[in-house]
Amino acid sequence: MDFDLYREQIIELYENPLNQGVLEAADFSYEEDNPLCGDVIRIDARVDDQGRLAEVKWSGNGCAISQAAASLLTEEVKGLSLAEVKAFPKERLLELIGIPLSMNRVKCALLSLKVLKAGAYGIPEPEEMRKAE
Amino acid sequence: MLDPLRVRADFPILAREAHPGVPLVYLDSTATAQKPRMVIEAMDHYYRCYNANVHRGLHRLAEDATEAYEGARERVAQFINAPEAAEVIFVRNTTEAINLVANSWGRANLRPGDEILLTEMEHHSNLVPWQLVAQAAGAVVRYLPFTPDGLLDLARLPEFLTDRTKVFAFTAMSNVFGTINPVQELVTAAHAVGAITLVDAAQSVPHLPVDVQALGCDFLAFSAHKMCGPTGIGALYGKRDLLEAMPPFLGGGEMIRRVTFEGSTWNELPWKFEAGTPSIAEAVGLGAAVEYLDAIGMDEIQAHEHFITHYALEALSEVPGLTLLGPAAGQKGGVAAFTLRGLHPHDVAQVLDQEGIAVRAGHHCAMPLHSKLGLPGSTRASFYLYTTTAEVDKLVVGLERVRQVFRQ
Repeated sequence: MDFDLYREQIIELYENPLNQGVLEAADFSYEEDNPLCGDVIRIDARVDDQGRLAEVKWSGNGCAISQAAASLLTEEVKGLSLAEVKAFPKERLLELIGIPLSMNRVKCALLSLKVLKAGAYGIPEPEEMRKAE
Repeated sequence: MLDPLRVRADFPILAREAHPGVPLVYLDSTATAQKPRMVIEAMDHYYRCYNANVHRGLHRLAEDATEAYEGARERVAQFINAPEAAEVIFVRNTTEAINLVANSWGRANLRPGDEILLTEMEHHSNLVPWQLVAQAAGAVVRYLPFTPDGLLDLARLPEFLTDRTKVFAFTAMSNVFGTINPVQELVTAAHAVGAITLVDAAQSVPHLPVDVQALGCDFLAFSAHKMCGPTGIGALYGKRDLLEAMPPFLGGGEMIRRVTFEGSTWNELPWKFEAGTPSIAEAVGLGAAVEYLDAIGMDEIQAHEHFITHYALEALSEVPGLTLLGPAAGQKGGVAAFTLRGLHPHDVAQVLDQEGIAVRAGHHCAMPLHSKLGLPGSTRASFYLYTTTAEVDKLVVGLERVRQVFRQ
C-alpha cells in the first residue's frame, strides 16, 4: 500500500509554508476560492523595473495540497518575467508537487497558479481566466 | 436483532478490496447505499426477460413490464403507507421530486410577498429549487435556524411560520448532523397557519419506518439509491387533491390524455407527472429494494443503526482534536460528521481512503449549514444496516493514522 500520497515535502510545507504573507505595496494582488473545498488563496506580487517578479507572497487557507502548492509555486516563479508567469505550465506545478492526484485534487493543486496568472493578467479577461485554469 | 454479518453476505460489493490487500470499509451510505444481490438481479432479470416500454404495447413483454413497473409503485406506496398508489409519482430522485413541487405547485400558488419556509439544515436539493421559484414568483425564502446542538430551534418557529407562509419544506433527517426532526409536529404547526408541507425524506425513508398518513404531510420525497435501490429513480408522494390541482411539470408522451395541434389534456394521476419513457428497470430495482428492506424490517434497521451510531459517537469522541457535529446519539440517525483540529476534511478523507475507508468530505451539499458553523466542510462517516462495530473501530484507527501523517 502506498502511504506516500502525502509526501514528506507536502506535510513539511503545510506545517512550515514558504513565502506566506501579504505585501503592502504590491503591484498586483488577486484572490480566489474554490467553494467546493473552501480553499482560499491570495497572491500579492511586486514587479521590478525589468518586469520580473521581485517578490511574491501568498496567503489563505485550505487543504494540505492547495497550501503546499502555493509555497512551491511562489518559490518557483520568483525572478520570472510576467510573460513567463502567464505561460507557466500547470504540468510544471504538478511535477513540483510530485504526488499522483485524483481529478478532484488537481483543482486544489492548481488554485494558486490560477490566482497568480489572473493577477499577472491584471484585470482578468474571461478568456484568459479560462486559460489560467 | 439484525445480524450485520448475515446482511453483508447479500451485498456483493462489500467483499471487494478498496486497494490491493486493503479491505473496503464503506462508511458513505448517506451519499449512496450499496445494493443487495436481489436488487441487482431483479434489474438484470428485467433486461434479460421482459424489457419493453410500459403502458404502450399490447404484447406480452409490454404487459409484463407494465405489471412490474406498476407493481413497484404499489410496493413503494405500501412501504410509506400512502393511501393509494396513484399518489406515488416516480421521478429521478429527491431533487427532481422537489423541483416538481416547487415548479408545478409553486408557480400556480405563490404570489409576490408570499413566504417559503425552509430550515438552515437543508440539503441544496431542498433549497435551490425554492430559491428559483421564489425569484420567479417574487416570493421570499426564510430559514428556520438550528441551535448549536444541531437541532431545529423550535422555540423560534412561531416567528418564522406565519400566515404569510405558504409552504414549509424541511428535511426529516439532516444529512450532516443526522438530526431526526419532529416531522409530525412541524406538519401540524404548518397546517395551523394554512401552509402546505413538503418533507425531504431522502435520509429518513432508507433508515426508519415512515408512514405518510401518520405524519400528515402533503408531499414527501425520497431517492431509491440511498435505500439499497438503483440510481435514477425516486418517488414523490403527494396528496391526491393537491396533485390533481397542479399543472404538469414536464410535458411529453405518457403524461397526456389527448393531444391536438391546438392543445392537450392531461393523463390521470400518477402518469400526469411522468412524461416520457420512465426508468423501468430502476423502478423494478426500487421495488426489489423495498421488498428487501421490508423483509429485514425497518424497525430492526433503525435499531441496528442506533446501536452503531451510539458506539461510533462514543469511540470518535475519544479521538484527540475531533469535534462531532450535531446532536447526541438519541436524537440522530446513522451519521457522524466531524472536524479534526487543524486539518482540512479532504486531507482527512484522502488518508482514510488509503486505509480503505470510504467517507465523505466537504460540505455534503449543505453549504449554508457549514458557513453558519464557520467551517469549509466536514468529514462524514455514515452507517447502514450492513455497518459493523469492527468497521467503526477501523475508522478510529484510521483517524490515528491521519494524525500521524499530519504529525498531530
